[in-house]
Amino acid sequence: MSAANHTAASHAAPAPVAAGRASATGMPRHHAAIFLALLAAGLAAPFFLYPVFLMKVMCFALFACAFNLLLGYTGLLSFGHAAYFGSASYISAHAAKVWGLPPELAILSGVAAATVLGLVIGALAIRRQGIYFAMVTLAFAQMVFFFSLQAPFTGGEDGIQAVPRGMLFGFINLRSDFTLYFVVLAIALGGMLAIYRIIHSPFGQVLKAIRENEARATSLGYRVNRYKLATFVLSAAFAGLAGGTKAIVFQLASLTDVHWSMSGEVVLMTLIGGMGTVFGPIVGAAVIVTMQNYLATFGAWVTIIQGVIFVVCVLLFREGIIGVFQKWIKKPL
Amino acid sequence: MFELLGIPPQALFGQLLLGLINGSFYAILSLGLAVIFGLLNIINFAHGAQYMLGAFVAWMLLNYLGIGYWWALLIVPIVVGAFGIVLERLMIARLYHLDHLYGLLLTFGLALIIQGLLRNQYGISGLPYSIPPQLAGGQNLGFMFLPNYRGWVVVASLAVCVATWFVIEKTRLGAYLRAATENPTLVGAFGINVPRMITLTYGFGVALAAFAGVLAAPVYSVNPNMGADLIIVVFAVVVIGGMGSILGSIVTGFGLGLVEGLTKVFYPEASSVVIFVIMAIVLLVKPAGLFGRAA
Repeated sequence: MSAANHTAASHAAPAPVAAGRASATGMPRHHAAIFLALLAAGLAAPFFLYPVFLMKVMCFALFACAFNLLLGYTGLLSFGHAAYFGSASYISAHAAKVWGLPPELAILSGVAAATVLGLVIGALAIRRQGIYFAMVTLAFAQMVFFFSLQAPFTGGEDGIQAVPRGMLFGFINLRSDFTLYFVVLAIALGGMLAIYRIIHSPFGQVLKAIRENEARATSLGYRVNRYKLATFVLSAAFAGLAGGTKAIVFQLASLTDVHWSMSGEVVLMTLIGGMGTVFGPIVGAAVIVTMQNYLATFGAWVTIIQGVIFVVCVLLFREGIIGVFQKWIKKPL
Repeated sequence: MFELLGIPPQALFGQLLLGLINGSFYAILSLGLAVIFGLLNIINFAHGAQYMLGAFVAWMLLNYLGIGYWWALLIVPIVVGAFGIVLERLMIARLYHLDHLYGLLLTFGLALIIQGLLRNQYGISGLPYSIPPQLAGGQNLGFMFLPNYRGWVVVASLAVCVATWFVIEKTRLGAYLRAATENPTLVGAFGINVPRMITLTYGFGVALAAFAGVLAAPVYSVNPNMGADLIIVVFAVVVIGGMGSILGSIVTGFGLGLVEGLTKVFYPEASSVVIFVIMAIVLLVKPAGLFGRAA
């Protein structure tokens, strides 16, 4: 695995350390500019587009960024990320509805659940490499799915419905989509910046070393398994943040959130956007959610088109949208 | 009648038989995955879809062409296997120089397409496929009632598994195959057409899945989703057994089916997750799998 590993994600990510002049915060200028542009677009967008749709895009963009931390920067393909997204969704919904927690604590409970789950499954999954790692994570996610189907508090096929959005910090009423939108924007951008920080820290450099050549990273004295586990847990936690937020936005947690097709979707978003790029998963999530939105009435065609996109991306377009774009402008994105 | 731990024997043996039938499908499918992985180094995510396709082609043969079960057992693996060969030549063959993960993603996409197309055409309610008249009815064994068809499924799967094991471990063709798994370059240097062998191996693995699909058609209803959930369990079976050994795949498949059946008798709530729990234990105790070699 390790020898072939670099092909998984690498063409997309030439070492970003040297490239671009750094701004005062240490972030290359063009990255800072893009984050500011995202913020500006995010602030303006709800005046032109339907806020609920935008919130869906942001939740999935954060989910895909969390997934990309694992696949794009560490070279680990988890095929069961719906487990963390979905379990956080269930726990947040339960916390808000049954325990009556305010939304910020409900989401944090979801994050905590996803983190613990990520720790347990991650510790087991990193005992195998490569293709087995993907199968193990998928199998455990299916176990979480069956648990969600049978557990008394998840509501089986119905899920947890009519989750109250509540009062943020006790005084901001989130009932209005418009108010909630800006909260979700803050969560999503905050999460993405945190992931950006992790990727570009010394810790992130070690992750890239593991992705490129695991045996070499080991021989340099890094405890590779600890790095892998830490990344797995971080990725699960951010996926949980996305899932918990999604439960508050849609006031619903359901089996869709933990189903294997959700795990497949997040892989697809990352793949089409460009794995191992900072902004690729955001673009990928926007593309896929938009597509689902327009094709929702065509039933199984959504699945078929997703399958076709998978095939086309793998055969012809492995670098993804942002991967191609960054080659064109010769700056890592 | 005697009772075992408070369970009537009919219930116990009935569930064991069901477990054995599930185990037959686990065994054939994990065998196919192992054979494909050995030579192609990819995990065939479309294996579940190809199994489902086998059941559907059998149903189509019966309903559109009037071709019955016994001919379907022969024709379906050939048709679906040929379809697999086309997929391998057109798509999968382009990925051998890349990371294994791309093979997984490509075949996942193919599975989505196949499932989606059939779901569009036939819905998800499931189509009936009746048991062939020669195998209708059953035997009273005294301690339980054995439906003939279920007995046949177990016998036929065992026969196919053993035949595959024999071909791979005991014949000259199998020796080439094993050699190419170890070192394809060297085998090619001896004048054996390795790319063609890879293509035929993929076709054979797919044909195995399709054969299992035909066997399954009268047991479960023919349904576009029948392969998707099954393949995830088979992945767990493969992780537990390890893909290094043909016999290991067969034993693990049947064994886990039986364990699942027993769980259904004694603690039904856990029956859907017991295989995953066993996987967790195996990962803790023997990460390479019961029959696997350390990577």
